[in-house]
This record gives sequence, C-alpha cells and structure tokens, in this order.
Amino acid sequence: MTTDTAYIRDTFVPAKPAPGRTGGPILWLRTNLFATPTDSILTVLGVVFLLWAVPPIYNFIIGQAVFPGGTVEDCRVEGAGACWAYIHARFNFFIYGFYPIDQYWRPNTVFVLGAALILPLLIPSAPFKRINAVLFFLVFPVISFYLLSGGVFGLPYVPTEQWGGLLVTLIISLVGIICSIPLGILLALGRQSDLPIIKTLCVMFIELWRAVPLITVLFMASIMLPLFMPTGTNVDKLLRALVGVTLFASAYLAEVVRGGLQALPRGQYEAGASLGLSYWKRTSFIILPQAIKHVIPGIVNNFIALFKDTSLVSIVGIFDLLNTVQAASSDIDWASPTQAVTGYVFAAFMFWIFCFAMSRYSLWMEHRLDTGHKR
Amino acid sequence: MSQMTEAVATGTARHSPMQISQTDVAIDVIGMHKWYGDFHVLRDINLKVMRGERIVIAGPSGSGKSTLIRCVNRLEEHQEGQIFVNGTELTADLKRIDEVRREVGMVFQHFNLFPHLTILQNLTLAPIWVRGIPKAEAEATAMHYLERVKIPEQANKFPGQLSGGQQQRVAIARSLCMQPRIMLFDEPTSALDPEMVKEVLEVMISLAEDGMTMICVTHEMGFARQVANRVIFMDQGQIVEQNDPENFFGNPQHERTKLFLSQILH
Amino acid sequence: MAVQDNMSGSAPRPSLLNDPVIRGIIYQVLVAAAVIAFFGWIVLNTAQNLAAQNKTTGFDFLFRTAGFDISFTLFPWSRTSLYWQAFLAGLLNTLLVAIIGIFFATVLGFTLGIARLSSNWLIARVATVYIETIRNIPLLLQLFFWYFAVLKGMPAVRQSFALPMDIFINQRGLMVPRPLPDGEFIWVLVALLAAFAAAVALGVWATRVRTATGRYPSQVVLGAKIADALVSFLVALLAFSLLANMISGMTTPIVLGASALIAAVSVTRFAPFGRAILAFVFGLTILYALLTSMFPAVPQLVVAAGSALAALMLAWVAFERASDRPPGEGRFPLALLILVAVGVPAFVYWATGAQLAFEIPMLERFNFRGGVQLPPELVALVFGLTIYTAAFIAENVRGGISAVSKGQTEAAQSLGIKEGDRLRLVIIPQAMRVIVPPLTSQYLNLTKNSSLGAAIGYPELVNVFTGTTLNQTGKAIEVIALTMAVYLTFSLLTSAFMNWYNGRVALVER
Repeated sequence: MTTDTAYIRDTFVPAKPAPGRTGGPILWLRTNLFATPTDSILTVLGVVFLLWAVPPIYNFIIGQAVFPGGTVEDCRVEGAGACWAYIHARFNFFIYGFYPIDQYWRPNTVFVLGAALILPLLIPSAPFKRINAVLFFLVFPVISFYLLSGGVFGLPYVPTEQWGGLLVTLIISLVGIICSIPLGILLALGRQSDLPIIKTLCVMFIELWRAVPLITVLFMASIMLPLFMPTGTNVDKLLRALVGVTLFASAYLAEVVRGGLQALPRGQYEAGASLGLSYWKRTSFIILPQAIKHVIPGIVNNFIALFKDTSLVSIVGIFDLLNTVQAASSDIDWASPTQAVTGYVFAAFMFWIFCFAMSRYSLWMEHRLDTGHKR
Repeated sequence: MSQMTEAVATGTARHSPMQISQTDVAIDVIGMHKWYGDFHVLRDINLKVMRGERIVIAGPSGSGKSTLIRCVNRLEEHQEGQIFVNGTELTADLKRIDEVRREVGMVFQHFNLFPHLTILQNLTLAPIWVRGIPKAEAEATAMHYLERVKIPEQANKFPGQLSGGQQQRVAIARSLCMQPRIMLFDEPTSALDPEMVKEVLEVMISLAEDGMTMICVTHEMGFARQVANRVIFMDQGQIVEQNDPENFFGNPQHERTKLFLSQILH
Repeated sequence: MAVQDNMSGSAPRPSLLNDPVIRGIIYQVLVAAAVIAFFGWIVLNTAQNLAAQNKTTGFDFLFRTAGFDISFTLFPWSRTSLYWQAFLAGLLNTLLVAIIGIFFATVLGFTLGIARLSSNWLIARVATVYIETIRNIPLLLQLFFWYFAVLKGMPAVRQSFALPMDIFINQRGLMVPRPLPDGEFIWVLVALLAAFAAAVALGVWATRVRTATGRYPSQVVLGAKIADALVSFLVALLAFSLLANMISGMTTPIVLGASALIAAVSVTRFAPFGRAILAFVFGLTILYALLTSMFPAVPQLVVAAGSALAALMLAWVAFERASDRPPGEGRFPLALLILVAVGVPAFVYWATGAQLAFEIPMLERFNFRGGVQLPPELVALVFGLTIYTAAFIAENVRGGISAVSKGQTEAAQSLGIKEGDRLRLVIIPQAMRVIVPPLTSQYLNLTKNSSLGAAIGYPELVNVFTGTTLNQTGKAIEVIALTMAVYLTFSLLTSAFMNWYNGRVALVER
C-alpha cells in the first residue's frame, strides 16, 4: 500500500455558522414557504384564501360585534356582527337552564367541587390518588345528586325538568363517564374470557351498541325503557337518557380497554398465575392497573366523543347546552339577523374548549407514557 | 441477451482483485461543509476515492460518518464545497441526482427492504421501473445475485419472514441488481445479532474481492484490516486521520485516533 | 388466554369447588340464568304494559297505508303508500346522503391529510386549524349551523343566488338543471361504460407489457402521441375559450388557430413551452374570475395584475415539470386512455344523434319551475357530514402516510427511482394498508351519523321510520328493532370487508 494516502489533521476546524442564509426570518421564509416554485404558488393561494376568509370572520366575532352593554337595536343594525350582548343577557339560561335563580349556588357548588376533585386526579404527580378517586367516582355523584335535586336537608326540591344548559351537558357526560368505566372494564374482561357463554354475551352486547347510532339508542331508551319497567313505574326523562348514554359509552370503552389488555405482554398474565393468585386478584392487582394505564389516552379520546355526543339528547327533548341555545334563538326580545349564528358560535366555542383541552391532555399523557416505557 | 447479464457473467473477470485505478476518480469531495440548521456537522471534508478503492470510515457516534456517505448520493444536501460522483457534480438538479443514484448502491443500517413486496419483487423493482429491463431478465439477474448472497431459496418470501442477516444480504443484492459502480455501506452490521454479522461481512468481502469501489461506515475493525485500502477516522465532523490499515491500526498518529482505537479494540 | 387451563394442568385438584373448570361452568350458568331472568322480567313487564295500553305486537303494520307525506323521496311517494315503502324511502335517503357524503369527505379528507404533512408551513397550518376546530365541535351543532344559520339565512326565492351552470341557491335549497336524455342516449351511456372499461384494460395491458418487455407496446406509444396532440388541442381550446370570454378581441378563428398551434407544438420537443402557455392562460382566467368575486372591493386592474403574476409563476412550474418528464416512449400513456374514455362516448353521441337536453330551473312568480330541487335539509346534511368526517379522514391519511418510515423513501431514492414511481410503487401501497381500515370505519360512522339528519328534518331512516312511523303506529319495539337491524347490517358488512381486506394485505411476518 502507498503511504501517500496517509493524512493527519493537525488543527481542528472550529464550528462556524452556516453560510449566508443562516437562521433568521429570511431563511425561515425560504425553507417553509418558498422552497420550490410549487410551494410558492401554494403559499400565494393560501394567503389569498386567508385574506378572503379571515377579515369577515374577524369582523363578525370582534370587529363589528355588539358586546355586552349593547342593546338589541345595536344588533339589528345592518352589517352588525355577533350579538354578544344577547349571549350575556341569556348566559344564565345557557349555563343552568330553568334552574331556579335563587338556587344557583347549588349547581355552582357542584361545579367547584367537581373541579377541585378532578384536577388533582388528572395530574399524575398529585398525591392521595386512591382517596381522590373514591371521592370523585363515588362520593361526588351522590353529593351532587342530593345537592341538585334537593328535597332533603331543607333544600327545596328541583325536578330534573328544570335542570338545563351546560349543567346538564356536564352531568350527562360525567355520569356517562363514571358509569361506563366499571361497565366497560367488566365487558372487556368478559370479552377476553375463556368462558364461552360469558364471552358471547359480552361480544353481542358490545357489537350491538357499537353498530347502532346513538340517536336510536336514545330513542330506544326514551320510548322503550318505560315499557320494560313494571306497570306504573315512572322513569325520569333525564334518567332514560343517562341509561342510553351509559350503555352506548360502555361498549366503546370496553373496546379501548380490550386494546390495553391485548397489548400487555403474555408474561404479565403468566407471572400473575405463577404467584398463585386467583383470577380476580390477578386481574385487579396486576393486569388491570397496567392495561388501563396504557389506554388512558384512548379513554380520554372516548370521553371527547362522548362529550360531543351528549348534544344528541336535545333530540329527545332534554335541555342541554345545545338545546338551550337552539331554544333561545327564537327569543323575540333579542331577534336580530345574527342571533342564531351568535348562539351557535357561542355553543361551538364552549364545546370546543372542553374537547380541545381533553385532546391536549390525552396527547400529553400519550407522550408521557411513551417516554415512560422506553427501554 | 442484454448487456446486463453479460456483465454479470463476466463480472469477476473484468476486475482483477485488488486492482486500483490510478487515474479514474470515482468520488471526489472537495472542501465540503454541511450544517443541520446551525449545527456544523461536516467540516472541510476532502476525500478522493479512486475506482476500485475500498475505504472504511470509523469514528465515534455523532462524528458525521453516516452523514458523509449520505451526502455522496445526496440523501443529505451539503451547503458548501463540491461533490463529484463518477464525474457528475451533485447539485439541486434532480434528474442528474437520479442518474448518479443509479450508479451508486446504498446499504442501510436498518435494511429498508420494501415490506409489501416479496424478496424477488424487492430486487426487480428498480431494474424494471428505472432501467426498463424486461421482467424475465430482471428476475434472472435477481436470482443470480440472490445466489451470490446465498439465499436463492427465499426469493418468494416477504422481508418480514427473514432474519436480520438474511434481510441485510437481500438489501445488498437489491443494490447490486442495479449494477452500481460504487457501493456505500452505512453501518450494515450494527443492527444485527452477533451471529449474523459474519454472513453479511462475508458477502461484503467477496464484493471487495471482485473489485467493487466501496465506502463502508462500520465498527468492524477486522473487516477494515482485511479488505480496506484506506481507513479514515472521523471526529467532530472532520477527517482526523487516514492511513492504510496496517499503519492506521499499528501506528496511529493522532491522539484521538489512539484513544478511539484503545476503546474499540478492547 | 388459557391462564385457567394452565393452572388446572399443574396444580393438584383439592376440591371440586376450587377446580377452575367447574368454577367456570358455575359462573357461566349463574350469568346465563341472571341474563335470562332479566330478559324474562322485561318481556313480562312489556307484555303487561302493552296489554294495559291495548296494543298488539307484530309486523303486519308494515302493509298498512302510511298516510303521511315525505318531503323528499327517490321514488314516487303518496299518502296512500304503505309503511314498508316508508321504510324503504328512509333507507334509500340514508344511503343517498351517505354515498354523496362519503365521496366528498374522501376527496376533502385526503386533500387535508396531505396538506397537513406539507412542507409548506402555511398550508400545513391551515389544515391543522381546520382539523382541530372541526373535530372538537359536535356534529349536531354543525348541522344546526349549516341548516338554521346558513341555508335558512339564504335569500328568499325571488333573490336567489345564481351560481354558474344555471344552479340557484335560496332558502328552499339548491336548484340544479334536470338532465333530459332522449331514447338514443342510453347508447351513449353504454359506450361510456364500455369505453371506461376499455381504457382501464388498455392501461393494465400496457403496464403489463411494459413490465414484461421493458417498453410500452409500440401501437400504444403511437396512439399516445396522437392522443397527446388531440388532448392538447382540446385543453387549449378550453383555455383559449376562457380567455376569449375575458378579452373581447379574441375571435373564434384566433382561438382555433392558437389551439392548433399548441397541439402541433405538443408533439415536438418544445412541448414544455406549450404547457407553460396553457398553464398561464388557465391560471390567469380562473384566478381572475375567482379573485374578482372574492374581493369585489379591490380595483379590477390590481386583481388582473395579481392574477397575471400568479399565472406566470404557474407557467414556470408547468414548464419545469414538463421538461423533467421522460420522453414519450417511457411514459404511461395517460392521454390515450383519457381520449378512449371520453372520445368514444362523444363519437357515439354524435353518430347516433342522441340528445341530452337540460331542463333549466326557471324563476316564476313564487317559485322555481323545472330542474331538480335539492331540499336544504339534504344540502345541509351533506355539507355537515362532509366537513365533519373529512377532519377525521384527514387524520387517518396523515397517520397512514407518516407510518411509512423515512427509510423506505431513502431506499427507493438510493435505487434511483423517480418521485412518481416512488409514490406509486413504494409509499402509497404501504400507506393504504394503514389508511383503509380506519377509513372504512369512518365511512360507517358517516352512515350512522346521517341519522342526525332527523334533527334538521331530512327524511332519512330514523326520521321517517323511528320518528313518524313509530309515532303513528305506536309499534315501538318492532320499529326500533328494524332500525337497529339496518345499522347492524351496515356494521357487519363493514367488518366483513375489513376482515377480508386485512387478511389480504397483512404483511407476512415470522
């Protein structure tokens, strides 16, 4: 071999900044918006689209909008934007429905209590998880029920027909969530079971509810449930919807939990068996905690869907957030060209805030779980 | 028959083993720099590879070895300096890059076989669609190279059914089916179980014996000693030392080379 | 999960009650008994309740006269129609809205999914904002918005918006021309189908020959050249006609001459210039028309200058694209296939003297006469379902494409495979495996969600059957069971398809 290939570097080349177009907004524009001619065309088209779409939206929501303090006459002016004054005037109706005004402190207490219990539950590092969970899943619903409906401890009775707005939306989704978790877990375990009868029953239950649209489930619950009960039983309208929503949600939740059960390595099942634990001990101490931890993002995504789906109860005549907005849009006192649209934008924003927050939470948990399981 | 099968038949005869052209430059890298954003990954790279040369690039991880060979077939773009491959300069001209890439085979650390195609389809895809070679002929060539990497019986299986070592040998055969003049290896054995490293290295050694121009990024120092004409040591994005294997391993000059060798050889 | 069997094999059997097998049987018997008892209780209660209300059960009501109106049906409907016909009308309306919705949602969803992965920051951002907004708002709310706020907010009949091609939109929905084919037109349809099949077959055959021999069959290459010129001529004709609409000085001879020139150029090596000119003309005319209607406040001269500038850029892109293309022999003969699929039916149309007239909706004193009137409920439902489902499809598409590892692209690149072939042969086949299963369930979701049409009065299955029919007949159990059976069938068909597809495309692994 020749020795003239030999080469030794005597001085190291120091790092230097990239030539010319280093960093800065110009480089950013070049690489992200104008990298190729096609890119440039897309950018131009995108800008044109935004120029066309954004100003009217801005004008409607902020620019020409009538803010609280404005009157209905302001909203009726030609070219006026969103009538926020109307939302402000009807705000209590959107939140509490027909709940008696002097009793607003009761739903408010429930809101505060719920928030105080659920926040630490969502933060993985917060302490007292077990007590917290028991309080939220078992104690809180009971307290809330008595607080809202009253009739005990000297609280005046408020029938569920008077509940409404965001309050009912939250109640339905929370009850759906809380009741569907144990039911969904049992169904998932049943579907994974070796016992043929139990397995078949669970598969049929899950597949039936997953196959049909929620609206038919709600129709079924509101029309057929009274038929199924002994003659003379009066089933509350809200309760019927709750039963429908819970059945529906538990079937979907079961499939998510099943995903978690299937993702567990076989070794975990075998380790549990080799310790000589019974099926229920094995399942509740070894299998389930791990499986559920894996599918928390999936469960949260399920809840997002459920939260959006609660709006369907307006079809069976329950005054949830969407239905109150819909009902208020024919309010003569605030009749204006933008009344209906303003109401929808408001409701959309409320739903969006909750769903978006949940989806970010689920993404964050997914990320956390990912890093936690890296080898 | 087309020129392709002819070349296959006479492949070993044309290049006599260990013959390096003194005048025919395969790859010429001149004063090349590359940045990832503001990070200066490759600094002042100068490298001339003659036809028939076999070069091993070694160095600690993050030293820019893989980036360097990825620049040679422009899987990465360089920002300063020039790269010539088979006399063609690599620029933004996509058409020319595709032409260069046809002549340069690349073997990846993670094989990158196409999982939805059978082994035979993996091997014939590019010859059929890039070179326009009739299917029957492409398949004959593919079988020839599968025999050469000693797994003709796997032709109709899918990549997922093969072991890592077998997959990497298929990947080598896939590159060879395009009749490349240069082969680049990007840590071909580092994702493999130890017992499979040997079967891949054997294929690479036999390629070297046929006179293929090769650049290998690898930690297999035994391989470097056996087949390389030159060993290049890279650190912090630059070529620190290069020498023939005898001197490189026997008498390293640079402090960093010594340190690296002392770590890797024990 | 044979955990329990494992244990029974190894452990000694202490007592009968601890034997897992026996225990399993006991569990099952208990559960089965509980379920049967529960259902028995329900059946008993229901029977009592029905008896108390003097109601009977059975499906005989299906053959009674319905006696109500349905605002929109796909077959002639009258008040004397029977309940089973109402069921059918609802089912067909559900299917109609599902098919239209699936088509548009797929197109929009794929576009958005690809846009979200775009390296162009602006495009990716716009797509992300769309997806994150739409999928976090309940579908029902969106339907209310489209129906009550947008379509009901449309002008009254007398002030209808006139869209191009004699389409009108007003409070009563969308008025579109009604096609009136004559007797001979059936042959044109037959020819259309046959020509389409022939074009596909020709494409498959050409590809097969290309694979086997390395080049496309020579007849096809020759045909492709002629087709190229012809298609160029037709496209140029369209482009210059559009231009002639904009510029008054362009007469028909000039349009024809210019088109012929483009066609002649397209067979020479100067073809890229022809394409650039066409791109410029299309860009200019379409952008100008679009922008003047989008920004009525901006002076026309500014709009024209802006359009011309953008069109110039478009021309440049077209020129570069065209010069990058391989010579005719190595190219897939797309123009020939288009010519076959379009040209043959056009020839038949001309040869048989068939006529296809359109009955244009005309505004009379109080309403539109003629044409097809698409009810606002249908339009709102299609809009809502499309926009909502597209957001989910876009996420599936994005997931599918990003599931194909970067190494696959790099491997294809390093083999010198060109971008188009790379997508066609390596990326898309792998991405589709990931995309198709969730895509099918989105289609199913869309179909199920079409039941929300009931809330805005679109006469689909739930509205007509579970709503009106149930109210009139009181046959709650039968009606709801039948409705559920329909959706269950959809669901089973979908999962049958998915099982078949998954079995077919599953990657073979060890």
